Amino acid sequence: MARAAVLGRLNWQLGSVAELVQETPRVASLVLDVPEWQGHLAGQHVDVRLTADDGYQAERSYSIASAPEDQRLAITVERLDDGEVSPYLVGEVRKSDKIELRGPIGGYFVWKGGDDRPLLLVAGGSGVVPLMAMIRHRSASKSTTPTTLLYSSRSEDDIIYKAELDALSAAGDGLTVAHCLTRMQPPGWRGYSRRIDRAMLEEVAWPKQQNPIIFVCGPTPMVEGVAGHLVDMGFDPASIKTERFGPTGG
Amino acid sequence: MSFISRGFRGKRRDAASSSRVPPGQYVVNDFPVLSAGPTPRVAFSEWTFVVEGEIDQPKKWTWEEFRKLPTEEVTKDIHCVTKWTKLDTAWKGVSVDTILEGVETSAEYVMAFSYGGYTTNLPLEDVTGGKAWVAYEFDGQPLHPEHGGPARLLVPHLYFWKSAKWVRGLRLLNKDEPGFWESNGYNMYGDPWREQRYWGD
Repeated sequence: MARAAVLGRLNWQLGSVAELVQETPRVASLVLDVPEWQGHLAGQHVDVRLTADDGYQAERSYSIASAPEDQRLAITVERLDDGEVSPYLVGEVRKSDKIELRGPIGGYFVWKGGDDRPLLLVAGGSGVVPLMAMIRHRSASKSTTPTTLLYSSRSEDDIIYKAELDALSAAGDGLTVAHCLTRMQPPGWRGYSRRIDRAMLEEVAWPKQQNPIIFVCGPTPMVEGVAGHLVDMGFDPASIKTERFGPTGG
Repeated sequence: MSFISRGFRGKRRDAASSSRVPPGQYVVNDFPVLSAGPTPRVAFSEWTFVVEGEIDQPKKWTWEEFRKLPTEEVTKDIHCVTKWTKLDTAWKGVSVDTILEGVETSAEYVMAFSYGGYTTNLPLEDVTGGKAWVAYEFDGQPLHPEHGGPARLLVPHLYFWKSAKWVRGLRLLNKDEPGFWESNGYNMYGDPWREQRYWGD
């Protein structure tokens, strides 16, 4: 692995909420103006810090949803009802509020583009967020890298970025999106109606001879299962990058 | 404190437990999993643990041999750089002091290395003197592969990425070198009490 240069400290900076997008009943995107933002790679995350008026603080990490090319920095947050930070970000925050953050963070679960290897992206729930940054980066950079997103949600209403994914996959530049809905399907649903399994991966995955780059992000049991199936299918474990989150946090 | 988040109250804890929670961390009751890739599958029959590098006589144990080393049971708080802290985790394993017993070395650093290719670097003095273990039981049960089984390094006073899962050896080094996360934006040392999460912290 190449040794990266040591950068200076990632300082806390203030972003201003320019736009709030309610993506699903439980998920919202915060689109932020961050004047001193230094740029990021698709797949990285930021730390967010909230401070109460008595000085009490809470920090959490959130994946960046926007492309490096975008003018503003977007994070997408799922509200966890017993959480500490997410109910504030999804519910309390209003336009023009300021949010303290630092980043970008993480140099491994990133896709830079400029690579002919096809992409296989596998998402569960809000695990789609860093993968969406990659898809947006792919589109913004006019990449035609063959890309498949396999995306598992509970119901149609829980699909984050649905309209944008529909539009991007209709553009005909090599992006395919396969949805699966695990709990509830609308009448006439033509996608998958079960949890992601090996048969599904065999249907959507690129042949291993094409040496795809694979990113998997979602709840731990889903990521463990998918990564295990991909190894069983013969993909090089080193080509499978994972990011996991549990039900805790907030 | 210069900036106040309008309308933020937060969930406070009692002072006794908050004194055990480093800055920027919050307490969880479950045990989240974080790994950069698939969980390696390691058969006990093929598992070995080695000490190599700046050492005259490298050391090596099979699983059977390793399990015969004296064990310790420890209960520790653990702190993950992704912000969760888990209090009072119970482990059983072999002290790194036991593993390095009788070793003469000029090394001041170690690189822990794992099945699956993971590495993480530590000062030697942070894994000796009763500060680190190679653990193979958690909560009285064999360590689950998701959490690093057959065995993982346990260095609870540093952020938990230093506690390498699936560990298969220690390489003694004269010079500090970045491991996997340390090459990918994370701090060379990782003291949670000084919030040394990232490069430059």
